[in-house]
Amino acid sequence: MKQTTPQQDFIRGIWKENPVLIQLLGLCPTLAVTNTVLNALAMAGATTFVLVGSSLLVSSLKKFIPQEVRISTYILIIATFVTIVDMVLQALVPEIHKALGAFIALIVVNCIILGRQEAFASKRPVGRSLLDALGTAVGFTIAMFMMGAFRELLGYGTLFAGTPLAWAPFGEGYEPWVVMISPPGGFFTLGFILLFLGWWEERKAKKREIRHWPHSVQIPVGREEAA
Amino acid sequence: MGELLLIFVSAMLITNFTLFYFLGLCPFLGVSKKVETALRMGAANIFVMVITSLVASFLNLYVLPHAPYLRIISFIVVIASLVQIVEMTIKKISPALFRELGIYLPLITTNCAILGLAVFQTGRGYTFVDGLFYALGGGLGLTLALVLMASLREQTELSDVPAVARNMGLVLILAGTLSLAFMGFSGLFTS
Repeated sequence: MKQTTPQQDFIRGIWKENPVLIQLLGLCPTLAVTNTVLNALAMAGATTFVLVGSSLLVSSLKKFIPQEVRISTYILIIATFVTIVDMVLQALVPEIHKALGAFIALIVVNCIILGRQEAFASKRPVGRSLLDALGTAVGFTIAMFMMGAFRELLGYGTLFAGTPLAWAPFGEGYEPWVVMISPPGGFFTLGFILLFLGWWEERKAKKREIRHWPHSVQIPVGREEAA
Repeated sequence: MGELLLIFVSAMLITNFTLFYFLGLCPFLGVSKKVETALRMGAANIFVMVITSLVASFLNLYVLPHAPYLRIISFIVVIASLVQIVEMTIKKISPALFRELGIYLPLITTNCAILGLAVFQTGRGYTFVDGLFYALGGGLGLTLALVLMASLREQTELSDVPAVARNMGLVLILAGTLSLAFMGFSGLFTS
């Protein structure tokens, strides 16, 4: 395995290996509960807790987990943390618990969490695993926030509804774009984000190419195509 | 009978697992490049969903009333081990069938649609028979979505799409369009 510094362990998951936008993992919650920013962030918080908790536990128990039953053990550990989150949310914020519904239980099968255990926490020291889990969680939260903000803004015409920060940027007369908060809107939003990222990457690659062959700088072909 | 039909059709078309609840997206995006593989994946899914529904009914009747806090843990553990047993049995009895479904069976265990089925079924208080129809409808709906998606992707493979759309972006837009089409089914029953 490649040696990495602690900073790299943390930063990698945020953008370069973003679990949702780059690796396309854990799409069920990303699409299902991002119709408002509040729901999206609640889901991100719950997932963060489960991810960090299981990474810590798996990493500290890695000497005692037999190789043959490791996946089942990880799933059991993850399921335990999910049960805790489920009960805590139900007790403290019943409205959010109701809005997220069955998708809290489904954190168990979120591939991001199991993936980090198998790929990282089961092989690395506790501190590094914590950094890795936190970085991945931040990356997940960013993706959830992007989706939630986009969909809530277009679908309800508000931002942060349900919190003290509630804000309606388009004013009272806005006609909500209902399809954005219904299921197809989830697919479309993520699709648009991925298309934008693809365009962005292509533009970056083209710029790099131009820099490598200084003669071609004079020819504005690349710019025309990008526009 | 009418109620069972309602459960079946609405699980298949209206509240389609993939296109309405976003469950089972990993196979939907990962194994939907060819119609043939999509069909096999769908068949394996129907199979596991029916088993899951039986197990969930059993757990709901005998275990969970005594220990409600074990809901999530017991579902995932029992489903995972049962699928493992089924896989071993099929391998022993019918190697041909194992080759058809084999690779997909373990994949399916951690498929959200399976756990989702168990959780939804419990939440709605379905009986044993209700659950069976729900699982069959849900599984068929999932297969339908998979096959439709695979057919669309086979078409786009041959067409000249712009370079930016060659990643998953285009696939998700296609999925959105499919989902939009399936929303039309929501007017099927008026009560």
